[in-house]
Amino acid sequence: MNNQESQPATSDILISIRDLKVHFGRVKAVDGVSLEIRNGETLGLVGESGCGKSTLGRAILRLTEPTSGSVFFRDRDLASLSNRQLRQHRRHLQIIFQDPYASLNPRMTVGQIVREPLDTFNLAKGREADARVRELLETVGLSSRFIKRYPHEFSGGQRQRIGIARALAVDPAFIVADEPISALDVSIQAQILNLLEKLQREKKLTYLFISHDLRAIRHVSDRIAVMYLGKLVEVADSRTIYDEPLMPYTKALISAVPVPDPNIEATRQRIVLEGDVPSPINPPSGCRFHTRCPYVIEACKNVEPPLVEIKPRHFAACIRISPEHPHIEQVAPGEAPGLAQAELNV
Amino acid sequence: MPSNETLLEVKDLRTYFHTDDGTLKAVDGISFAVKRGETLGIVGESGSGKSVTNLSIIRLVPSPPGELVSGEILFDGHDILALPEPAVRKIRGRRIAMIFQDPMTSLNPFLRISRQLMEITELHLGYSKAQAYEHAIKMLETVGIPDARKRVDEYPHQFSGGMRQRVMIAMALSCKPELLIADEPSTALDVTIQAQILELIKKLKEETGTSVILITHDLGVVAGMTDQVIVMYAGKLFEQAPTKELFARPGNPYTKGLLRSVPDPTSEQGTLYQIPGQPPDVAHLPPGCPFAPRCERAEEICHSEFPPLVQLTSDHTSLCHFANEVYEASGREG
Repeated sequence: MNNQESQPATSDILISIRDLKVHFGRVKAVDGVSLEIRNGETLGLVGESGCGKSTLGRAILRLTEPTSGSVFFRDRDLASLSNRQLRQHRRHLQIIFQDPYASLNPRMTVGQIVREPLDTFNLAKGREADARVRELLETVGLSSRFIKRYPHEFSGGQRQRIGIARALAVDPAFIVADEPISALDVSIQAQILNLLEKLQREKKLTYLFISHDLRAIRHVSDRIAVMYLGKLVEVADSRTIYDEPLMPYTKALISAVPVPDPNIEATRQRIVLEGDVPSPINPPSGCRFHTRCPYVIEACKNVEPPLVEIKPRHFAACIRISPEHPHIEQVAPGEAPGLAQAELNV
Repeated sequence: MPSNETLLEVKDLRTYFHTDDGTLKAVDGISFAVKRGETLGIVGESGSGKSVTNLSIIRLVPSPPGELVSGEILFDGHDILALPEPAVRKIRGRRIAMIFQDPMTSLNPFLRISRQLMEITELHLGYSKAQAYEHAIKMLETVGIPDARKRVDEYPHQFSGGMRQRVMIAMALSCKPELLIADEPSTALDVTIQAQILELIKKLKEETGTSVILITHDLGVVAGMTDQVIVMYAGKLFEQAPTKELFARPGNPYTKGLLRSVPDPTSEQGTLYQIPGQPPDVAHLPPGCPFAPRCERAEEICHSEFPPLVQLTSDHTSLCHFANEVYEASGREG
């Protein structure tokens, strides 16, 4: 672990999200998220359905318009760009979708699909474009013989490869991968994860990897951010999140992940949460997790917990812990060592 | 705890679908047994035949285009395939119950939850309306629906996804079935809700001694829930073993590849192992072993001759020309 590692220099930060909000009427899908994504890293964004993780990913690219807040990409605030300026920036920011069936135009050949962004951004023409398309297909592990075929002729994994080739066509710096393996068979998931990792190494890409699958997220990410009902509740190194989660929701989430080892499963203590995820239309007051939290105290219902650096480079939002008392199990019943900090924030 | 008494025995089951594209051998020669109180996991990717296997057991394969070509399904000694339809209907829902991935496919959106739960016990157990109503409330309480008495008269859309799946489980368990078939019961649910549902199935199983067939693609779920596992690929049974043995010492290259390709969150891994190629087109299988085009161990014989089902130990079989060698190698690596 790199606890001693110094804070990254500003130039290391590719994307900086500040107090981003996306509200759809009464639904506060994303409600005040601040986060930095470093050059060349994979940041995993994990959470359950309805937590706002996909909306956050789309809002970064302005595929969904943010309600307020800013998203800086290399010092330019994307949220304030005009549509024309934004289009030029889009070149650097791409997305891969969950459903490889819905995200490819069924009437276009694979060659046309991958070539379209080259035309849009005037990146290559004629033979040069043809050559580039072939090269892109080979890069993602598809034979360039397929260039004249249509999406329906391919399997799910192959379609995801086509989507990746399209995203790579413009030589982006940053890719949002929104549940890129969820719709795929187990044996194909590993292929796509490996491909994304290989491309990152070769092309120095930065990823925001969105998934509900903690095993996949843990495998590909350098850091992980956990989201619950529109808010970030914990951010830390991937390994730290898994080995030493601090926020009670993260603890439950990680204990719920089935591990492919019968010996571990036989002895595991699982934290089974009561009840369902509340509706984002009318989220609980205070800490949004308080309705399901095994450690809830009265103050949790009133005080909104800020994301606090509890340990070096390890942030968590919970008033029942603090840098002096990071482990909730060791905090005396009814105590809230983080409360003072939370009240300062208000 | 599993007993030694066999509840279900499937022998050489073949279920084919006759399509314009030719005959699709969705299930092709599958044999296995489930003991009383045991949980059997069936693992496979899409098109492996795992769901069709179970639709065959309860005789719900749509025909045409489906056809149960051959085989025996002995449930408590009686061959379900030889029974007349009314007799099958008496078993289905009462002695064998099912839970599907999407609860909305099995719940009627226009009927109150109470009506749907009462129907089962009125039909199968001859309960009066009052008895059935009280039983419905009791079942909802058993599966952990809060305020069951108040909510029993609501409609399915008033329940969340996890709660609907609980209602499904309540329906399935209403008549204390001897066998519960759960087809991806937690796949559509969120991680924390998935944990709730799996814990619930485990708890109810321990209390009632019901046998369970759990169909899933998630090897983590298999590891935590099952006593025995069968691995299916392209309609064939590729491997069968007690769960611990299968994870510790796989005897089939496909199983081995599958186990190695799953990210293990408890350890640091470099690049994941990946099985090359694409899942097979079951309507157009190559001669020989259907996995051969993707198999690292494949030799000439694998592409030309169908592999034998090799008995590795008394309760471990593998469909592979090189099963013994693969099994030995797993033992050394383990």
